[in-house]
Amino acid sequence: MDFYSEKVMQHMRKPRNVGEIKKADGVGRVGNPVCGDVMFLYIKVKKNRIVDVKFKTMGCGAAIATSSMITELAKGKTVEEALKITREDVADSLGGLPPVKLHCSNLAADALHAAIQDYLSKREAAGSAKKKARR
Amino acid sequence: MTVYLDHAATTPVDSRVLDEMKPFFSRKFGNASSLHFFGREAREAVEVARERVARLVGASPDEIVFTSGGTEADNLAVLGGFEAAHGKKIVCSAIEHPAVLEPCNELERRGAQKALLPVDGEGIVDLNAAPEVICGASLVSVMHANNEVGSIQPIKELARMAHEQGALFHCDAVQSAGKIAVDVRKLGVDLLVFSSHKIYGPKGVGALYVREGVKINPIVFGGGQEHALRSGTENVACIVGFGMACELALRELPRESKRLALLRDRLLKKLLEIKGSFLNGPVGEKRLPNNVNVSFEAVEGESIVLGLDGFGIAASTGSACSSRKLQPSHVLLAMGRRPEEAHGSLRFTLGRSTTAKQVDFAAAKTAKVVERLRVMSPFKPGDDLSKIDFGGHAE
Repeated sequence: MDFYSEKVMQHMRKPRNVGEIKKADGVGRVGNPVCGDVMFLYIKVKKNRIVDVKFKTMGCGAAIATSSMITELAKGKTVEEALKITREDVADSLGGLPPVKLHCSNLAADALHAAIQDYLSKREAAGSAKKKARR
Repeated sequence: MTVYLDHAATTPVDSRVLDEMKPFFSRKFGNASSLHFFGREAREAVEVARERVARLVGASPDEIVFTSGGTEADNLAVLGGFEAAHGKKIVCSAIEHPAVLEPCNELERRGAQKALLPVDGEGIVDLNAAPEVICGASLVSVMHANNEVGSIQPIKELARMAHEQGALFHCDAVQSAGKIAVDVRKLGVDLLVFSSHKIYGPKGVGALYVREGVKINPIVFGGGQEHALRSGTENVACIVGFGMACELALRELPRESKRLALLRDRLLKKLLEIKGSFLNGPVGEKRLPNNVNVSFEAVEGESIVLGLDGFGIAASTGSACSSRKLQPSHVLLAMGRRPEEAHGSLRFTLGRSTTAKQVDFAAAKTAKVVERLRVMSPFKPGDDLSKIDFGGHAE
């Protein structure tokens, strides 16, 4: 398959959850401009649940569509559930991607996982800071 | 409204061309090699077409070989020319179309030495660097005009340099023939290729000019058609269409090229008014009259093309052939653009149906699409992207 699915085109033309979360609990930044794709993914977490996700992406149609799709997949999920979202889930939810564009779904999944890792390490740091304070 | 601004990819068949072709699909179906009257009728049509095709480039009809298209003709010129010359070194420009680059790469795989002619920032072969690269070459191949950025090459000078080295000179004129004057004698080339579907003829037919006295070897073997350089039953209907397309192109060229150059400059001006945009390739006489290529900072080219597609505007990132690849344009890289700059290019190529209204519409929608994509982009125009790397570009 060399062309984009209708679902990819829909997400490309009307991407969901575009933007930035000012006080995000986690931020994932992946890609580089040399390859043509960069994704920033922001998450807001409440009671271990991802209550808001936003993205900013510079890249091809697939990069934008996969960014949009991963925000939809992650929203409302618990942190543990979201960590289980795979690269394949992103591509499958979009009705597939042309083989040369599969790396974009990798990038989107990586961005989400990076944002969650960022959240977890911040929480851990905050946790140990609290413990220290108590002592 | 749909606006087609991708004429460098292909053009619609002109109705006058189609009318000429039609009988050769049905009533006049003969094989041009047959002795009987069906065959003679087809042969006559092929030879009339050959005269028309030859005239477009100032060649004589017996110097024209019909092929299945530009790519095959380029392969025949490069592989067949190099082999007949018992070549050791092949030279082409760094901005050739894959139809030339790939046969050159193939020759390298077969043991030949390969060298690339560098280009300047406008995408024009550097004549100062050329003599050293051409030194010892058996065949030199440089395109007349580049398909991505429309830069017109100094073919006359390069052909002379090649001949001084005793090398054959081949020119891929697929983008220039029918758009600017192409005269094989004035250019001084040995081999030259052009294609039907870029000039309102049908797909599936192209021509190779082989200067009288120049020897090349065939790459297709069979019944010995086309001076034994391209075996296979002639594609009569398409050859007839190609002939008519050449006739029309030659007739309309002076007026049409002026008209297109004005529209090109109008479109360029409007696109360059968009913040964070810059031109790729030269301006004025050094550029094809129908080519516009502009980059936009902080956005990627394909996403602009898809955005424009949503408005009914057909454009391209560079070439239709590379839109399936991930690598940034080899042409823009050869021109010294950094990879992160080479991803954001947008090409419009104008043609017979293009109007000022369409051009204005395309410029306005481009501004809109770029603005929308920039809202989405983590970067803004002017950001230095060269130092940014968040890694993780997993395959």
